[in-house]
Amino acid sequence: MRALKFLVPLLIFVGISWFLLKGLSRDPREIPSPLVGKPAPAVTLPVLGDAARKWSPADMKGQVWILNVWGSWCSGCRVEHPLLNDLAKQNVAPIVGFAWKDSPEASSDWIAKLGNPYQVSVSDLDGKAAIDWGVYGAPETFVIDKAGVIRDKHIGPLTAEALSTRLIPLIRKLQGQ
Amino acid sequence: MTMRARTLLASGCAALVLAVAAPVASAQLRNQEATGPTATKPVDPAAEKRLKVLAEELRCLVCQNQTLADSHAELAVDLRNQVYALIAKGMSDEEIKKYLVERYGDFVLYRPPVQGNTVLLWVGPFALLALGAGIWVVVQRRSRQAAVQPAATPDADQERARKLLEG
Repeated sequence: MRALKFLVPLLIFVGISWFLLKGLSRDPREIPSPLVGKPAPAVTLPVLGDAARKWSPADMKGQVWILNVWGSWCSGCRVEHPLLNDLAKQNVAPIVGFAWKDSPEASSDWIAKLGNPYQVSVSDLDGKAAIDWGVYGAPETFVIDKAGVIRDKHIGPLTAEALSTRLIPLIRKLQGQ
Repeated sequence: MTMRARTLLASGCAALVLAVAAPVASAQLRNQEATGPTATKPVDPAAEKRLKVLAEELRCLVCQNQTLADSHAELAVDLRNQVYALIAKGMSDEEIKKYLVERYGDFVLYRPPVQGNTVLLWVGPFALLALGAGIWVVVQRRSRQAAVQPAATPDADQERARKLLEG
């Protein structure tokens, strides 16, 4: 009985500590997307630099591809841009650039200055397509499979670690299917 | 993580600038509306009211402790406009909430729905309260029982104590 009196509070303490400790390592800014596992939202957007041409996710069917949401106003995008350039050089998968609420001039300028890792760049001026994709902050990166289903979403600037441990292995696996 | 923090800081500053610039911007917007092609379409007060109520129930995903109604973040403005457009399209409040949950998840709702993964959230506090009340009742009952029969010490001990006290 005496041991119980000592053990019960200890166990409660350990339990609460475990929950709080787990909470520390979680980022409240990372909101899991309900779109993972769902078909990529069908949006039609003008191609950057050639506004008469339209792009939609259906154009990418049959291949595993990456959608990278960015804007020239976004500092995190500048941070991850070299990694995207590397990724394009390695030819892992086609990357589609999604310029979110950015003037086409500023977007083109950015690409000219920092390099163009994108197979195609599209611009979402009014942010409506971004709402359909559940975008809430740039940069965000989606991986879409051959059937056009979203398989993963990375929130925030890409890191070398996230690419090598999560995204690239996933892309390779999807390409093998 | 620091980069993320920096982005957040930047967007926070942007929000501040927006907040300061908002009256000017909205005045411009109103001017545009008055002169633009939408001038013929009067603002529907009923729809405005519904937007206000709905926006209080929805969370801004950028400034997470603010509602869509309070936030000056650019995304919040876009989402308010989108919600307004959906109201104008004749969608019900439930349909609009579903539309947003499909895109942003349950997180967008300030009042989480009762479902499998939120049961603990809804029932947990009451369960803890009940547990606390139970423990309190047990402790009370025990101490009352102890008070009813205080002299449980053997007669010999009582005698010894009396002798010691008397010296």
